[in-house]
Formats: sequence, C-alpha cells, structure tokens
Amino acid sequence: MSTATTTASTLSGARAAERRLPLWHLLLTGAASLVLAALILATFGNLSIVGVILLGYVLHLVVTYVYSRVREGRRWAADRVVMLLVIGAFAIALFPLLSLLWKVLVEGGSRVVKAAPHPLAFWTSDMSGVIGGADAGGVLHAAIGTLLITFWASVISIPIGLFTAIFLVEYSSTGWKRTLAKGVTFLVDIMTGIPSIVAGLFGLALFLAFMPDQSVRMGIMGSVALSLLMIPTVVRSSEEMLRLVPLDLREAAYALGVPKWLTVVRVVLRTSIAGLTTGITLAIARVIGETAPLLLTVGMVTGINWSMFDGRMATLPTFINQQYRAGSAQCRTDTVTNVVNGDVYSCSVTTNIDRAWAAALTLIVIVMVLNLIARLISHYFSPKLSR
Amino acid sequence: MAAPQPITVEDLNIYYGDFLAVEDVNVTIQPRSVTALIGPSGCGKSTFLRTLNRMHEVIPGAYAKGTVEINGENIYAQGVDPVNVRRRVGMVFQKANPFPTMSIRDNVLAGVKLNNRRISKRDADELVESSLKGANLWNEVKDRLDKPGMGLSGGQQQRLCIARTIAVRPEVVLMDEPCSALDPISTLAIEDLIHELKDNYTIVIVTHNMQQASRVSDRTGFFNIAGTGKPGHLIEFDDTEKMFTNPENKQTEDYISGRFG
Repeated sequence: MSTATTTASTLSGARAAERRLPLWHLLLTGAASLVLAALILATFGNLSIVGVILLGYVLHLVVTYVYSRVREGRRWAADRVVMLLVIGAFAIALFPLLSLLWKVLVEGGSRVVKAAPHPLAFWTSDMSGVIGGADAGGVLHAAIGTLLITFWASVISIPIGLFTAIFLVEYSSTGWKRTLAKGVTFLVDIMTGIPSIVAGLFGLALFLAFMPDQSVRMGIMGSVALSLLMIPTVVRSSEEMLRLVPLDLREAAYALGVPKWLTVVRVVLRTSIAGLTTGITLAIARVIGETAPLLLTVGMVTGINWSMFDGRMATLPTFINQQYRAGSAQCRTDTVTNVVNGDVYSCSVTTNIDRAWAAALTLIVIVMVLNLIARLISHYFSPKLSR
Repeated sequence: MAAPQPITVEDLNIYYGDFLAVEDVNVTIQPRSVTALIGPSGCGKSTFLRTLNRMHEVIPGAYAKGTVEINGENIYAQGVDPVNVRRRVGMVFQKANPFPTMSIRDNVLAGVKLNNRRISKRDADELVESSLKGANLWNEVKDRLDKPGMGLSGGQQQRLCIARTIAVRPEVVLMDEPCSALDPISTLAIEDLIHELKDNYTIVIVTHNMQQASRVSDRTGFFNIAGTGKPGHLIEFDDTEKMFTNPENKQTEDYISGRFG
C-alpha cells in the first residue's frame, strides 16, 4: 500500500471518503453470505431458516472483514465487524422477547376470540362447573383475584416503601439516624434477594401462627407475601428517584420559610412523582406474575371470590400453572355438560393448554394497561421544561 | 412598620462538623442598604451569608455559635424556629432555581402555596403582579404567567427567584452570587433591581465581581483566609467608597488591586 507516501492526502476528508464502501456493497455481501450458507446447508441436507441465518451471519462477519480490510483498511474493517457484532447481540436480545409476545398473542389471542358461547366470553366467565375437555370457561375469577391481591399488596407496600425511602434520603443525615439508615439499607438489600417461595412461606407461617385452622387460606395472606417482595423494590427505586431531586430545590423551599415536611411533600415528592410512579409500576409488574407465593397462600378456586379475608382465591399465574399441568383433556364424547348450570359445550383435547395461553395473554394485557396508566401519570406530572 | 433596626452580628463562629470555617465575626449591617461581601473562594463569605437566615444548618453537621440580632431578636436564641427566621430573611441563590413543576405564577406564589396558606384569587393576582413588577419581570411575562418557570431565560429565571423571595415580604434579602451565571445584560437588570429593592429591604450580597460590589453596595465587607484548612475572617468592613479607594488593611488593598489570590 502507498499510504506511507501519501499521508497528507489520506488525512483529507475527500481522500478518506473515496476509500469507504457504499452501503449496497455491504448489503450485497450480506445477501451473498446468506445464499452461500443456504447452499452449504443444502449440500449437507439439513436446510433450515434458523441454520441459514446463523451460518449466514458468521459467514457475513468473515466476508465483511476480509472485503473491508482489502478495500478500506484495518481500522474500518474492525469498525464493520464490531458493528455487526453489536447488531447481532441486539437481535439475540430481542428475539426471545418478540417470539414470546408473538406466541402468546397467537395462541392466547385465538382462544380469547374464539371463546364459547360468544367472543371475549373468556374474560367474562369463570371456571364454575367447567370440567373435562369442555371448550368453555374463562379467567374472570383469576383476573379479579390477581387484581385484588396485587392491589392490597400495593396498599401495604407503597406507603412502607415510600416512607422508608423518604427517611433514607431526607431524614438520616447525622448521628444515630445515619446508623439506622445503614442498617435499613443493608436489610433492604437482603430483602431484595429473598426467593419468592420463601416470601410465600413467610406469609403462610405468619397467618397460621394466629389461626386455629391450619388449612385456612385467604387472599390477604397472598398480599402480605407479595408485599414482602414488593417493599424492597419500592424502597430502592424511590430512593434513587428522591436522590435525583436537586438540593437547590429543597434549599429554595427552605429559604421561603417552608417547613421541612412540607418541602418533602410539596417539592421533593412532587418533582420526582414521574420517577416514583415508574418505579412503583415496575414493582407491581414484578409481583403480579408471581406464582409460588400465591400457590402456597391463596390456593385455587373455580369461581369468583371478592373477599380478601374469606377462603381461597384464584389468580392468573396459578391459573396458568394449573391449566398447563392439567395437560391435554380426554374427549370420550363430543360434548361436555356444565355440572352447575347445565350448559352443553363441545369437547376439545387442547382446551386446558389453550386456556393457559389465553390467561397468559390476559396477564400481559393487565401489566400493559398498568404500564400505560403509569406512563400517563408521569407524562402529566413530570416537570415541564418547554416554553 | 417600626423604624428598621440594623442586623448585629456578635462573636459568630461557624462550623462544619468539627471544622471551624469562619471565626469570630462581629459586624453591624445597616438596614435599607446594600452590603456586599467580597473575598477569595473558600474564605467563608457564602457560609457567613447562610448563617443570616439559618440556612447554614441545613447541611448535615453544620452549625453556628454566637449572636445574630435581626430587629433586636437573636435568631440563634433557644427556641427560635428557623422556619420563622427564613420567612423574614429571604434568599436568592447562585444558580436560579425556580420550581420545575410550577408555572411562573405558581413560582411567585410558592412561599404562600407551599405553606398551604389560603389566599383569595384577587389577593394572589395582586401579589403576583406586585412581586413580578418589583423584580422588573412583569412586562416580560405578564402574557404567559401559566407557562412553566423553567421556560424562561437564565436572567429571567433569576429575577423570577427574586420575585418569589420578595413575595413573602421579608425584611432582609440575602443574595449569594446572584449574577455569576448571567450575561452582562441580565447582570445589569439585576443590579438595577438591587438599587430599587434597597428602598424596602436590607440586602446582603455575596459577589466575586469587585466592580459589581463597588457599583451596587453602600458598604463592603472583605473576608479572607490565612491558608487551606484555616478559618476565614472578616478582615475589613467599611463604606464601599472607602474600601475601594483607601482601604485600611494591606490584605484588602492587595485583593482589590488584584495583587493577590
């Protein structure tokens, strides 16, 4: 190469630009790599889309490096390869998410739409009297249970978590309070690592210690167990958000003769409300899909139970678990009769699995709606910077 | 209102934890006048300023010993609520800090609203207008009072903060380098404002800009520090004219003439 002799000209932008490969060159090498991969796999007799993409990607890496090295030089070749690696990593990270969403949407969506006796009946009926392979039933009871239990878990966790965070950020700067804050932070860190099944056992043991009947199960037991998982998340995220509020604003409020507690309520919390809502939503999203603690503490029923203090409750995660474990149904006859109200349904071998997917879709929809609400809250309450 | 009395500071020692930051300040600040505090960075002039409305102790571990009498009342006496002191002694900070969640109007009313005090709409409108006029900002913002305070320019934001401060009707206004982040035109606007404000308020201003001190102030105090880790002292305090033409202390002369620091 003559770069050594023409250093002056290669430093100029025009000269460097000439050496760059246009985009279509690289698209061409990509396409060529894919075709090459398909040919190689075909000769060995195991042609598959996944195989072609994987092998094509690896080939593309090699081809791009060699081609770019020859035409553009070493530095650009490295740049191209690293960019391809980054894109590959991004695709690998995104693939499970998209395929999961797609699968749930297809499998669960079709069950929701095709529900008997009318579309969306899956969201308006429960499992009372639905037995065997009956192509009927729904998740209303489980959705109500999930919402109730998560709501009460939030009612317990959000005040405790938020007040703990306020203490840690605003009231623990000196003396014994500082020591206490260090202890609290340490315990919160430990709590973050509690396995959910242990939280379930705790909720169970806590209530059974006061109950004469050891077989009793209630919704509130599940809420307490979930709040154990929720509190550390709320504390952690709220603490981060409160620390982000500039000291300036607190001082501005103090200088106006605003007492500390009002400064915390009206300035600090008000300024950070967008971040707080996001953190709390994430905490809710974390516990709303918990299965193990709810299996232990609230069990499963087939009908709607509105009472947090009276008997078992159905929840979506446990419902999914139960339906999936039931596996394929047996259809000895073409129809199944509801033992409660006498309705007659057609029989479907895959009904349990279908219901599990549809319930999963329901859970995702609930989480998405919660996220949407949180987004709206952040949008309307976040500090406004525009003119 | 009774005739305003001077602010009398006696034997004031200011600490950050164990560290003595400013030692033995004795000074009398005249009412309805502008007092400038100058000195090199880290000499304790801002720290001293913050003890005049008990903002110093907001920093963990910080405290002050001594006497500061405002209107004949020692603000460091036992049982004095710092919140009440701060309602009488307002403060404007180096960096303009309007509340980001509030409109221009709400920022001016912050002292009222954050304290959950009720105020009729007419009184509020009057207060907003008089405060913004007092801060020379009314004409620039009167058509967009409901827009966010953060949307204003830096100089306007600083004047908004001054409006917010005078809206709580303090006796004293402390200013901690209020122009250090502003361009010359905004600085001029604020300096003009300071001239107008001294008819009604006692003003103490910390500044790094000696021209500014000589332009706006009636009296000037010079703080200095013997070395890193040593406490700051009030070296000289006198009429501004005398301080800048014929200072008595050699350190003051060196600092003012730029032969030092």
